[in-house]
Amino acid sequence: MSPKRSFAEKLAVRIPYAWLLVFFLVPFLIVLRISLSQPALAQPPYAPLFNLLAGWHGITAFFGALSLDNYVLIGSDPLYLLSFVKSVEIAAFSTLLLLIIGYPIAYGITRTPRRVQAALMTLVMLPFWTAFLIRIYAWMNILQHDGPLNQLLMALHVVSTPPVWLATDTAIYIGIVYSYLPFMVLPLYATLEKLDESLLEAAADLGCRRSKIFWEVTLPLSAPGVLAGALLCFIPAVGEFVIPDLLGGSQAPMIGQTIWTEFFGNKDWPAAAAVAVALIGLLVTPIVIFQHQTMRAVEQA
Amino acid sequence: MPTVRSKRSFAPWADSTERPLLRIEELSRRFGGSAAVDKLSLDIYQGEFFALLGPSGCGKTTLLRLIAGFEQPDSGRIVLDGVDLAAVPPYRRPVNIMFQNYALFPHLNVEANVAFGLKQEGLAKAEIAHRVADMLAMVKLESFGRRKPHELSGGQRQRVALARALVKRPRVLLLDEPLAALDKKLRDQTRFELMDLQRKLGLTFVIVTHDQSEAMIVADRIGVMDHGWLRQVAQPADIYERPNSRWVADFVGDVNLFEGVVGEDGLSVEGTPAGTLRVAAKIDAKPGATVWLAVRPEKVRIAPEAPQPPPENCAAGTIVDIGYLGELTIYKLRLADGAIVTAAIANTGRAAERPIDWDERAWMSFAPEAAIVLTI
Repeated sequence: MSPKRSFAEKLAVRIPYAWLLVFFLVPFLIVLRISLSQPALAQPPYAPLFNLLAGWHGITAFFGALSLDNYVLIGSDPLYLLSFVKSVEIAAFSTLLLLIIGYPIAYGITRTPRRVQAALMTLVMLPFWTAFLIRIYAWMNILQHDGPLNQLLMALHVVSTPPVWLATDTAIYIGIVYSYLPFMVLPLYATLEKLDESLLEAAADLGCRRSKIFWEVTLPLSAPGVLAGALLCFIPAVGEFVIPDLLGGSQAPMIGQTIWTEFFGNKDWPAAAAVAVALIGLLVTPIVIFQHQTMRAVEQA
Repeated sequence: MPTVRSKRSFAPWADSTERPLLRIEELSRRFGGSAAVDKLSLDIYQGEFFALLGPSGCGKTTLLRLIAGFEQPDSGRIVLDGVDLAAVPPYRRPVNIMFQNYALFPHLNVEANVAFGLKQEGLAKAEIAHRVADMLAMVKLESFGRRKPHELSGGQRQRVALARALVKRPRVLLLDEPLAALDKKLRDQTRFELMDLQRKLGLTFVIVTHDQSEAMIVADRIGVMDHGWLRQVAQPADIYERPNSRWVADFVGDVNLFEGVVGEDGLSVEGTPAGTLRVAAKIDAKPGATVWLAVRPEKVRIAPEAPQPPPENCAAGTIVDIGYLGELTIYKLRLADGAIVTAAIANTGRAAERPIDWDERAWMSFAPEAAIVLTI
């Protein structure tokens, strides 16, 4: 092997790591450092600042001034905990709804002829061709008091007085399920599409009814797709900001809204950073570890 | 012609009072415009090992899938134990199939794979465990019960697939190219194991294969299939020694075909590339009719000198090809009019008195008894 090629190979392996280092680890460390600071009326609005001119004394002073006060604060004020619980609740229930709606769609698509499958998958992806924000504004219009949805319900005599949609959790669910559906359908389709037809025939041959085959063979074998889809929807849904902000109410904010308020409303960058770090520590890290282990178990099977 | 003996005294098809276990009547299945199975009729008997032999695309797998219930016939009937299977869905048919790719459930271990079919019957846990253990012992996989299919070798996976189908005690076990995925050594060994298992359990097996030696070894009877219908159904030795057509003679083993017309005496065929050839028994065709003499290469003798006195069915030619196979040597002899005759000579004795070499003149001959007369 020539040294030149081995350099190119090393580079190819290191580029992803460099990417993660620059765009994930470094920003995370900055957020972590801010979360250990105190708010200040200054620019930037936190203290202490790193003062290299003061030499060694400056460094020790900097580290001495860092504290866990912000974590104590977010642990003592129930606002943050409620916001966290609300986010998990909305994300979990949305993920369940996405599975219930997305699985039949993905399954149905795999049952159609090959050429139709490609067209149907394009339709699933089609909403991405319009900006996300514009689609959410469109939902605001649809869900408003005299909007198309209520007009339709009134015309069909489903309801006698127009129900309130906007500023409710229902609107948040509609927004999340609508926006995230492709992320659920894609991994499910990828798994179900690979499912070996002869396994279903073998199950039938061994005396398994059609309805039971789904629970005993199809569903267990699509577990990797279910897991991938669920994580792909659940994790971003927990931190969702735009949908609850535009469609949801103001009584119980989701964690994304809480961070936004701390950051832009209260100008309390350290508290906002502490909430963000706590979210990563409490939720994202366990999920990533769980997913890593599950995927390894699945890959072996 | 040598007498044809069956492997065992088992010939229910020859007994007119015997009722078949599986009766296929005028069965047809079309895909688009072409018939995969075309008005096919066949009787298979209890305890029989039946092989469906044919080239790929001849419809043999479709026939198996029709019996299993994965395909619906366009016309015709399948009757098992006197019951028409038309209205019986696959999961209630008392037949099981062993798939060519084995179709083992990747998320279940060996025990759970084998137990799968018994669970569907709603048997007691203890009964299932007992039968699974027995079956795994029978296929020599006792110590592999906890393994997942991906942790097994190809041969082990094949035995799990066999165990999973057999544990259901099917009235008929269908095997779709069961040995095709194994390497040659393992395949040769597994053929005999399969045969022993079938005899021991007394079950009825229907195997689909494109490998004629596999069919010859395992089967009581072979059905040679082509374009959706059965060209010939007979015991392996009969298929080889008494093919009913040029197609069967050519498909099963190698054969030399001499085309000619029946002579006046009904005991000779005239105008063949090797001249007038004599046969042992009176030909069942009018003098002047076109017939073909089929002679297997191992029944053709070859000599470097003109045999004295000249025997019957002798012709001279030039050696154009020699293939040494170890136990056999294959000679290809070009006759005066360009026809090629293949001879397979067993390398039994020490070196022949004089070896025959390329481009040399040589004489082929065969006994009148060795020739099979074919009219189609």
